[in-house]
Amino acid sequence: MGALLGVMPFFTYTTIFLGIPTLIVIVGAFVDGNGHPTLGNLSALTQPQIVAAFVHSTVLSAVTAVLGAVFGALLAYAVSTAHEGGLLRRLITSLCGVLAQFGGVTLAFAFIATFSIQGFLTLWVKKFGIDLASTTWLYDWDKGLMLVYTYFQIPLMLIVFLPAVEGLRPQWREAAESLGGSTWHYWRHVAGPILAPSFIGAMLLLFTNAFSAYATAMALISQGSPLISQQIGNTLSSEVILGQENIGKAMALGMVAIVAVVMTLYVVLERRTTKWLGS
Amino acid sequence: MKTRMTRRGGVAALAVVTLISIGACSPPTKSTGSTGTAGVKASSATSATDLGGMAALVDAAKKEGTLNVIALPPDWANYGEIIKGFQAKYGLKVNSAQPDASSADEITAAKNLKGQSKAPDVFDLGGAVASANTTMFAPYKVATFNDIPALLKDAKGLGVSDYGGYMSIGYDAGKVPAPKTVTDLLKPAYKGKVALNGDPTKAGAGFSGVVMTALSQGGTPNDISKGVDFFKALKTAGNFLPIDPTGATIESGQTPVVFDWDYLNVAQGKKLKGTMNWKTFIPAGAVVGGYYVQAINKDAPHPAAARLWQEYLYSDEGQNLWLKGGARPVREKAMVAAGTIDKAAHAALPKAVGTPVFLTKAQTDKANAYLTANWAKAIG
Repeated sequence: MGALLGVMPFFTYTTIFLGIPTLIVIVGAFVDGNGHPTLGNLSALTQPQIVAAFVHSTVLSAVTAVLGAVFGALLAYAVSTAHEGGLLRRLITSLCGVLAQFGGVTLAFAFIATFSIQGFLTLWVKKFGIDLASTTWLYDWDKGLMLVYTYFQIPLMLIVFLPAVEGLRPQWREAAESLGGSTWHYWRHVAGPILAPSFIGAMLLLFTNAFSAYATAMALISQGSPLISQQIGNTLSSEVILGQENIGKAMALGMVAIVAVVMTLYVVLERRTTKWLGS
Repeated sequence: MKTRMTRRGGVAALAVVTLISIGACSPPTKSTGSTGTAGVKASSATSATDLGGMAALVDAAKKEGTLNVIALPPDWANYGEIIKGFQAKYGLKVNSAQPDASSADEITAAKNLKGQSKAPDVFDLGGAVASANTTMFAPYKVATFNDIPALLKDAKGLGVSDYGGYMSIGYDAGKVPAPKTVTDLLKPAYKGKVALNGDPTKAGAGFSGVVMTALSQGGTPNDISKGVDFFKALKTAGNFLPIDPTGATIESGQTPVVFDWDYLNVAQGKKLKGTMNWKTFIPAGAVVGGYYVQAINKDAPHPAAARLWQEYLYSDEGQNLWLKGGARPVREKAMVAAGTIDKAAHAALPKAVGTPVFLTKAQTDKANAYLTANWAKAIG
């Protein structure tokens, strides 16, 4: 009983901020505007623009998660080899702490201020006769937005992955070497298996981080709503096409389903990896 | 100004649709009361005559003493001056709540504050929001009701267009050559420079921009596919800028060409006078109109004041004040004929060549369905 009392605040919190909203989304996805049960919202999900938005969001999240995970992990390893408590290390970790949270409108604005038609960089290179002003790559989901997302994914990876890399003891490497193991052997049989679960877990975090992002995309792209989070926003805020709120909830349910699939993949993959690396 | 530019500018397109779709509502039954000399309660009066004439309406409104308005920014279509004029003329106090609220917010406020003295008495709504909420309105015909074109009003006075404008192209004349037609925008001089105010599946201004483009490319109100095709070509040419234009993006030079309502582009030009030569142009033969809708809250806490406000807005005085703010008042034509229009302000409006087109409800639905399926694909 006493133990239950201790976790009460946690359960209350998750009920209010996770359980109830999820329930509202699920129920809303299966009723029409008058509260009658329907499957119409779900069948609306097969509309080409919604399918395309799901694909865009998934590709964008997957690509930036992989890029962020690989570069973030390399950076984390590099940082971990630096002198502990040293200036460089403290500088980079605190910098990443700031950059990982530097998302949303402010980040989009930073890119606009740098690369857009009146951007700092655009105006600067103009002096050398290079015209960047007439390109619009910054506003394409698979170019500019991908770059912007990667920009906050790498530092986030560093922050969540650094503790795992720091857990690697130099003695293990020395032990591997004293037994005649090469660098490859060390990574394949020692460091790899230890880091794999955290690496995949961190990558999953990056995926969901990008998948649910909304403000950054909205600040950059205001036409065509290429991402699913933008399509959902559309159903709630459109002044032109009214009464599609429940289709929005069906889309949200679709997002929940995708994250569930990714989570399952994570569990399976992690189990496989542990087995493979451990054998 | 800019939040409102999208917020309010976005909703105007479907005003006309509202009026057509709300026509089916029946007027409320009149009940006898003590307010008016003619034996009709102000809350059910459908004209000033019901209350015994204008003088009786003014008396009843003065007794109430206050008018609650909502979502009327002082620098939007000259509302600041209109409110001041009304207060000075009739001695009523005007409570202006949430000037930057959206059309949908107005309806929410009326629902949440129902029965309270702070509830809004009158609405100024975008068409789509108005047509979805007609059951909230009280029917009322102003004295000048007959001057309003039939297409722009509900026959019973359940929501009447008040002011609006035409879709236009605003541009920085110091940076780009003056476009003579919409097609000109495909030229290399406009590379990465053309923006549309809002996603057309989301904002009324963006929607009307696509309709205007369709008309300019030989399309019809029944078939806007040519408008979408044009934006696709614009995107392929690298000229389309998917930024949401605001007063700030115009001022900073990020969006040198903007599709938006003429009154917003004109207001932008006035604001930037001296720093930027922002010009407004309405393509010939592609004039697309959009109006806001005025309506009385049926649960208005000050029913007589609400009706007096309508009379003021649709009087020559009120209409000319809107005109002064760059918007086209709904009685424009009748006032030109009668010679009561503010000639200087009228001459300052951008020239429109061709008959203004207003989409019907059916045409709007068709266009929406087409945009929903094709817009993202065209510019993605």
